[in-house]
Amino acid sequence: MKQVPQKDAPLKLNESGTWIREDVSYEVNEPDAYALEEALRQREKHKGEVVVITSGPARAQQVLREALAKGADRAIHLEDDKFVGFDAFNTAKAFATAIKDEQFDLIFTGLQSDDYGYAQTGVILAELLGWPHATIIMQIEKNDSGIRVKRELEAGYFQFVDMPTPAVLTIQSGINKLRYATLIGIKQAKNKPLRKVPLAEVQAAIGENLQKIEKLYIPQKTKKTERIEGAPAEIAKKLVDKMKNELRVL
Amino acid sequence: MADTILIVVEQREGKLNRVSFETITAGQAIAAATGWTLEAAVVGAASVAPEIASKKLAKVYAIESRKLAPYTPDAFAAALKQFLASHPAKLVLMPHTYQVRDFVPKLATSMGRTVISDCIGFKHESGKLVFTRQMFQGKLAADVSFTSEAPWFSTFQNGAFRGDKAEDGASAAPVETVNVEIADGVIRNKPQEVFKEAKQAVDLTQAEVIVAVGRGIKEQKNIEIAKQLADALGGDLAASRPICDSGWLPMDRQIGSSGQTVAPKLYLALGISGAIQHIVGMKGSRAIIAVNKDSEAPIFEIADYAVVGNLFDIVPPLIEEVKKAKG
Repeated sequence: MKQVPQKDAPLKLNESGTWIREDVSYEVNEPDAYALEEALRQREKHKGEVVVITSGPARAQQVLREALAKGADRAIHLEDDKFVGFDAFNTAKAFATAIKDEQFDLIFTGLQSDDYGYAQTGVILAELLGWPHATIIMQIEKNDSGIRVKRELEAGYFQFVDMPTPAVLTIQSGINKLRYATLIGIKQAKNKPLRKVPLAEVQAAIGENLQKIEKLYIPQKTKKTERIEGAPAEIAKKLVDKMKNELRVL
Repeated sequence: MADTILIVVEQREGKLNRVSFETITAGQAIAAATGWTLEAAVVGAASVAPEIASKKLAKVYAIESRKLAPYTPDAFAAALKQFLASHPAKLVLMPHTYQVRDFVPKLATSMGRTVISDCIGFKHESGKLVFTRQMFQGKLAADVSFTSEAPWFSTFQNGAFRGDKAEDGASAAPVETVNVEIADGVIRNKPQEVFKEAKQAVDLTQAEVIVAVGRGIKEQKNIEIAKQLADALGGDLAASRPICDSGWLPMDRQIGSSGQTVAPKLYLALGISGAIQHIVGMKGSRAIIAVNKDSEAPIFEIADYAVVGNLFDIVPPLIEEVKKAKG
């Protein structure tokens, strides 16, 4: 799971223009919330354990706390400010190293993040682990040989895929309905195990980033936009005037 | 020998995905800027090669193996890795489709390389090639460069380049078939038939006016005012993905990369922030009116008329005005 800036948080660039300033509000990356929910539902059906993992500064622990409060059994936090600047390849390598002694059957990730939007980390992790993967998953059923998943394709098409486990699945938003943490859950979360992994523990696996953000900036507008201003009634009149006389839809 | 740019076009079920022409346009532009040679490849459907070969390309490869149909990420990654070992490329371009997202990170990782994904453009300045991509759901843009050795992998967002601008060649490019060996046991996934959900009942692609709601609508019961506005305008109601995920409107009213792509005369976006996945589904609209309380919402980047304000203040008088205008 990943902590990302809140959707409507105003973002400010840092001095070097390569990243945003840290002083914004954060929230859990939305597709990751669906991935967690799916993991909890699979555990409710098939028993087992749900482990949540994130990388990021101390603030990212909030994502794990929320996941534990919703019902995850334990958490792993790769904690260091430097993880924020990792490309997807290094992030996946850090995860692969941190979980090398675990015996997971399935790894879920959200299909992409709301900040970088790479849509790659889960697939890269699968390749590093030597596991099969499937992306943009809308349904997961256990069968005799492993699992049957429903992949979302484009333009309203879908496909079922049978695959062995262990496997990595990237989960599409809307696969399920998200639950809220209960008060009891929040209380219990405090006593659940949370393992902290310092950067030093995974450092040996990490190389230079393979891609580099040269410059981050506010995109240039390519379209001429007319601001419609005034009191609501006035705005309504102006919009209807545009619809009638310029857009000719009325 | 000049460096090579390889475009991997997309075929699904043996048919060319038209978005591939956008990647060819992008590749032709990069080739013009860098002087590199431009080639293309199609994986697992040689029948598609002639259509591609009519474009201005130095060569077209048909990468073939019995094991490439149906599509699996294991087979596609293995085939392209093998092909690139014998046909080195500096830069490999693909469209940022769901299929490419499924195998290209695996392919690049298996070669110790990286993908700059979902790009919307490129710049070639003083010999350096950088790719522009959106970040933070389109609120910011980044120029990103490769720091690794070639091959460099890069994918382009749907609509970033115009497919109809792909230049034809003076004569058809030569097509060469390259057979690859995919060992038993490489393919682990067993895909079933592709299907369409039967409930896809609403066709929004023909709508002249669309009123679309996003997160800003706050609660399911508030969708009613958007519906009233749509009815007053004689238009259709649609939504961004989160609204359909929440079950507030059925999935077949969803606009965006996982829903329908529309181009109405008027697209009225209410409380839609304008995440990339939504914008690709509606940016072809003839006119866009956006109402959002966040003045920095990316939807305003593509809006013709921007109303920064609370939709709950603006929609009720708008319904009245529309009714008046209609008499």
